[in-house]
Amino acid sequence: MALPREARRPFSTSVAPLRRRTLADREDWLGRLMLAPALVYVVALVGVPFALALALAFSSARSGSLEFSWVGLRNFWTILPDPQFHRALWNTLRFTLVSQALVIVLAVTAAHVLSAAFVGRRLVRFLLLLPWAAPVALAAIGWTWIFDSTFSVINWTMLWLGLTKRWLYWFGEPQLATAAIIIVHVWRMFPFATVITLAGMSAIPQEISEAAVIDGAGFWRRFFQVNLPLLLPIITVAVLFGVVFTSTDLSVVYLLTRGGPYNSTHVLSSLAFQRGIFGGDLGQGAAVALFLLPVLVVVAILMLRTARRAEVGA
Amino acid sequence: MRPRRLVRYAKRVVLYLVALAFTAFAVFPFYWMLLTAFKANRDLYVGGTVLTHVPWIFNAPPTLEHIELLFRQTLYLTWVRNTIWIGLVVVAITLVLAVPAGYALARLTGRWGERLGIGVFLTYLVPPTLLFLPFSRMIAWLGLQNSQWALVLVYPTFTVPFCTWLMMGFFRSIPRDIEEQAMIDGYSRFTVIRKVVLPLGISGVLTATIFAFTLVLQDFVYALTFISAVPRMTVSLGVPVALVRGDVFYWGSLMAACLITSIPIAVVYNLFIDRFIQGLTAGAVKG
Repeated sequence: MALPREARRPFSTSVAPLRRRTLADREDWLGRLMLAPALVYVVALVGVPFALALALAFSSARSGSLEFSWVGLRNFWTILPDPQFHRALWNTLRFTLVSQALVIVLAVTAAHVLSAAFVGRRLVRFLLLLPWAAPVALAAIGWTWIFDSTFSVINWTMLWLGLTKRWLYWFGEPQLATAAIIIVHVWRMFPFATVITLAGMSAIPQEISEAAVIDGAGFWRRFFQVNLPLLLPIITVAVLFGVVFTSTDLSVVYLLTRGGPYNSTHVLSSLAFQRGIFGGDLGQGAAVALFLLPVLVVVAILMLRTARRAEVGA
Repeated sequence: MRPRRLVRYAKRVVLYLVALAFTAFAVFPFYWMLLTAFKANRDLYVGGTVLTHVPWIFNAPPTLEHIELLFRQTLYLTWVRNTIWIGLVVVAITLVLAVPAGYALARLTGRWGERLGIGVFLTYLVPPTLLFLPFSRMIAWLGLQNSQWALVLVYPTFTVPFCTWLMMGFFRSIPRDIEEQAMIDGYSRFTVIRKVVLPLGISGVLTATIFAFTLVLQDFVYALTFISAVPRMTVSLGVPVALVRGDVFYWGSLMAACLITSIPIAVVYNLFIDRFIQGLTAGAVKG
C-alpha cells in the first residue's frame, strides 16, 4: 500500500491500518463545512446590507426611527436636479481621474528608478511606503495642518522661493481646495501603485529587455514598446484598486475641507454622509451613494477580464 | 571612453535625484509631523508670512511638552486600548472564518471553488461608503448604536474576504505532494490539515493577522458613523476628530499622535508587503 520510500514519509512510521471512512474523509462535505461559516458571514453582512442599500434609496427611512416606507423614485427626483449633487458627482469623477493619471506616471517612473540597483534602495522603498501604510485619517489630518490657513509650511516655502506673491488659502478657494485634495490622494496612492508595478517588473524575464538592447532599441523605445505593454496588466490592476480607493474615500474630503468652501468639494461619499447621517435622511443619502455603483461594477468587470487574460496567457 | 564614463555618472546622478525627489514627497508630511510634535509653541506658531523664521528646522530647543500632554491629559491611550481590543477580537473572528475557507477554496472545492474565490474577493471591493448607511440602520435594529461591538461586527466584512483570498493563495503554494503523501500514510484529510498544513501555513496565518489588524486601524468611515462617545473611539477616529480643546486644535500633540500611531504600523507593514502584493495581484502576475 504505502510506497517503500521511507525518506519521503516523515508523517508516520508504520503502514496505517484500515480505517473506516469518516466524515473527515468526505472531501466535498469537509470543503463545504469549512467554507460555510465565512460564506454565511459575508452573505449576512455584505449581501444583506448591500440589498438594504438598494432598498433604502427607494424609501423615506430616517435615522433615529426604525420606520420604513417605500417612496419609489422620490429620492432620485430630489437629488437629480440638485446642483450640489451634480457637483459631487463631477468632483468624484474629476478627483479620481486626475489623481489616478498622476499616480500612473509617478508610479511607473518610481518603479523604474527603484528597479535599478543603488545604495539605500531598501530604505527608499520603506520610506516610499509610509503614505500607504499610515492610517488614512491620520495622514489626512497631517495634511490639514500642512495646508493650515495661518501656518502652512507649503505657503512659507513658496513665498520664500518667490513662487507666489500672495498668501494661499488652501481650503478657502475652490480651485486650491481641489488641488489640495488631489495632492493628498496622489500622495497616498502612488506608493501602492509603485510597489505593485515593481512586482510586475520583477516578473518580466530579463532576456526580453536584453534582446531588445541587442536589437538596437534605445531606452525610450524599449520603455514604450517593450516594457510598458508587458506591464500593462499589472498597472491596470494597480489603477483599478486606486480607482476604488479614491472614488469611495470619505476621510480625505471630510477631514480636509468637509466639502467646503461653499460645498464646492463634496464628493458622493461625503454628500451621502452629510445627507444620510448629519441630515438624518437615510433614503436620500443611500440614493446619493448608489451612484458609486456603476464605477464599482465597471472596475469589477475589468478586474475579472485582466485576471482571466493573465490566466489564459499563463 | 571618457565621455561614456561621464554619461554613466550623469545617469547615476539623475537616478539618485529622482529617487530623492520621490522619497521627499512621500516622507515630507511625516517629517513635518515630527517637527511639529517636538517644537516649542513659540517656535511652532509663527505665521507663515514671516520669511525670516525658517519652519523646516528647530529654531528653539525641542520640547517634550506636547508628548506629555498627549499621554497625560488626552484620551489617546484610551483610544489605543480600544483599538487594540477591537482589533484582536476582529482578528480572531477573521482567522476562524478565513483560514478554513481559504483552505477549502484552495483544495477541496475544485472548479466552482475558484469562481467562488473570485466572488469572495470582489466583495472586498464593495466599499464602506456604500454600506455605512444600511449598516447604521442594521446597527440601530440590533441596539448597538455607540457601541464598540458594532465595529467588531462590521470590520470582518472587509477583513474576511481579504484574508480568505490571501489564505487561498497561500495554501495553493504548498505542494500537493506533501498532503497526498500523508494521506497515503493513512491520515484523513482533516488530520492532514491539522498536523501538516497548519504548521506549514503558520507564516500565512501571521500575514493574515497583520493585515486584518492594519485594515481595522485604517477604518474611519464606520467608526465615524457608529461611535459618537469620545471615550469609546478608536485611534483613527479619536485623533482627527476629538483631539481638540474647545475649538482649537493642539497641533503638537495631534501630530505626535499621528506619528506615534503610524510609524509602528508602517514598519510591520513593510515586513509583510510582498505577501500583500502577491495576494492582491494573484492572477495578474505570472509567478
